[in-house]
Amino acid sequence: MADQRPGAGTRIIRWIDHRLPFFAMMNHELYEYPTPRNLNYWWNFGSLAGFMLLVMIVTGIFLAMQYTPSASLAFDSVERIMRDVNYGWLIRYAHANGASMFFAIVYIHIFRGLYYGSYKAPRELLWILGVIILVLMIATAFMGYVLPWGQMSYWAATVITSLFSAIPVIGQSIVTFLWGGFTVGDPTLHRFYALHYLLPFIILAVVLLHLIALHRFGSNNPLGIDMKGQQDSIPFHPYYTIKDLFGLTVFLLIYAFFVFYAPNFLGNPDNYIPANPMQTPNHIVPEWYLLPYYAILRSITFSIFGIPAKLLGVLASFGSLFLLLIVPWLDSSPVRSSRFRPIYKWVFWLLVIDVLALGWVGANPPQGIVVTVGQIATFYYYLHFLILLPLLGKIERPHPLPASIAAAVLPGGSGMAAPASLRKS
Amino acid sequence: MGRKLAFGWLAAAAAALSLTVAASAARAQETPPLPHQQWSFDGVFGTYDIAALQRGFQVYKQICSACHPVKHLFFRDLAALDYTPDQIKALAASYKCTAGPNDQGQMYERPCLPSDPIPGPFPNDEAAKAANGGALPPDLSMVVKAREGGPDYVFAILNGFVPAPAGFHVVQGKYYNEYFPGHNISMPPPLSDGAVTFADGTKATVPQMAHDVVTFLSWAAEPNLDTRHRIGARVFLFLIVGVGIFYAAKRKIWAAVH
Repeated sequence: MADQRPGAGTRIIRWIDHRLPFFAMMNHELYEYPTPRNLNYWWNFGSLAGFMLLVMIVTGIFLAMQYTPSASLAFDSVERIMRDVNYGWLIRYAHANGASMFFAIVYIHIFRGLYYGSYKAPRELLWILGVIILVLMIATAFMGYVLPWGQMSYWAATVITSLFSAIPVIGQSIVTFLWGGFTVGDPTLHRFYALHYLLPFIILAVVLLHLIALHRFGSNNPLGIDMKGQQDSIPFHPYYTIKDLFGLTVFLLIYAFFVFYAPNFLGNPDNYIPANPMQTPNHIVPEWYLLPYYAILRSITFSIFGIPAKLLGVLASFGSLFLLLIVPWLDSSPVRSSRFRPIYKWVFWLLVIDVLALGWVGANPPQGIVVTVGQIATFYYYLHFLILLPLLGKIERPHPLPASIAAAVLPGGSGMAAPASLRKS
Repeated sequence: MGRKLAFGWLAAAAAALSLTVAASAARAQETPPLPHQQWSFDGVFGTYDIAALQRGFQVYKQICSACHPVKHLFFRDLAALDYTPDQIKALAASYKCTAGPNDQGQMYERPCLPSDPIPGPFPNDEAAKAANGGALPPDLSMVVKAREGGPDYVFAILNGFVPAPAGFHVVQGKYYNEYFPGHNISMPPPLSDGAVTFADGTKATVPQMAHDVVTFLSWAAEPNLDTRHRIGARVFLFLIVGVGIFYAAKRKIWAAVH
């Protein structure tokens, strides 16, 4: 009978799925995807980061329609967007503050991974892909910051590209190559614009790989133990879709506060002065999310074994980032979650304080106590990863792990399977 | 015990004294903290005060515009100051704009139109420097956003012309300003009591004119602030309702698993 046949929509979906299993894949990866039942709110930041990437791409494309990447017109074209383009101010403020929000989210996401040992086997490649995303984000954000062609844009571009001159012998040639001339200028701005448009799509591709690696073993969880069966997991939808939506709305309140009520709070006033190659600003400071790397760069004020301080600073700064790639092999403890690691739990918070201290150092002119704090904090950053992380696994006695997620989080610890009504077959 | 305490106090006093001496030595170069002014556009519900904007535009037009351009402002933008289209047209027509080339290939002067940018006092930066002893009077349409401290800084500069402290060397052709970095500013004190006559009867004191012109310049730097604050309030209401709904839904859905 007619009413027993599936509807036209269903039949179209089946027809497509038979040839291209798109809907089946979506159903599998987003709907029934088994997720640990005990994820806390720190696990919201992954989907938030994905959301911000899309916001940045969408706002960025609309800005690109109005922006002119030429040294003589860039600054004015940004002002035209702010004043004459319909809701241009909203798009630009959403984009500029979006970068800050994106980094804040990603940093929390990374520290969450460090706290709960999310980088440990079998999730090493998942972690490495995440670090690659961070490196690409930094490159993208740096080039994006140059585009308004204000004073800080110009001088940040000059300082950061000049870092490559620290490379022995060929350094200066590399810098000239990067600039497309003998100083930061029109060719530099054009290529930065092209790359700033390209890199987000490469980030998007790496995010897809990140998701594929994530879905291979599923999320880690606050207990850091594997899901051992149905009783430990719940389907992603509706449980984590609604939890992510709730978290997203709370996040949007914070984001909206900056966009509507403090749009220039995180920016630097100097960037509203057009770029002037003849006049260096008093203090060249990067955006807040790059301050720790900047602090490490400036902390190396001495040469070792004849290697000049500048080169060492560049190596230490880039090294602090690339060091994260080998964290899965530096940490010798088999226990993932800090909940069961009595010493690492405290060492973790010391690292958080250390990175915040580096941020403070990066924001202040390098004189007096600032330099000393910067050098101690830089030393401790490397000490944490290169000495403490390998050593702790050997000397620390972890607390006993629970038998299963269900045993630990369900009342009575019965480990009963979730009711059948909760599962989508 | 008592002696220890007294010694402690003495040491503290000595330390405080040495700090004060060091600080006063440094103060010769440093600027005092900016006094915070009350601005109508402060806070999440802030809006520009239209009367202050009109007075501020008058101060800009009669005083500041002798040296400073407002590069990013067009005559048409002044509609936000509640001027009628006819007033704006008449105002624009009182300026000369360069147009062309005409069919003879010549550039020519014509009265400005509302769609023209407001012309600055000098044809280019070099001319501005030549007329101002080598110093470039900065564009004022962005200045409030381009300085640390924003409106408070610009207000402080306008009111910061005080006699130089004894022993301070004021460079030839410059003026002492309490709030300017390094204190040697190229701009002579621009405002004096009664320098303009306000149509609405407001007394034109220096702080009053400074407050009005800074309000105008804040608008010039951020003309969409009113709209931004209004939309922001709606976005917040919407999101707060959303947070409530999603929180309730989350509680209900998760009730079965807890």
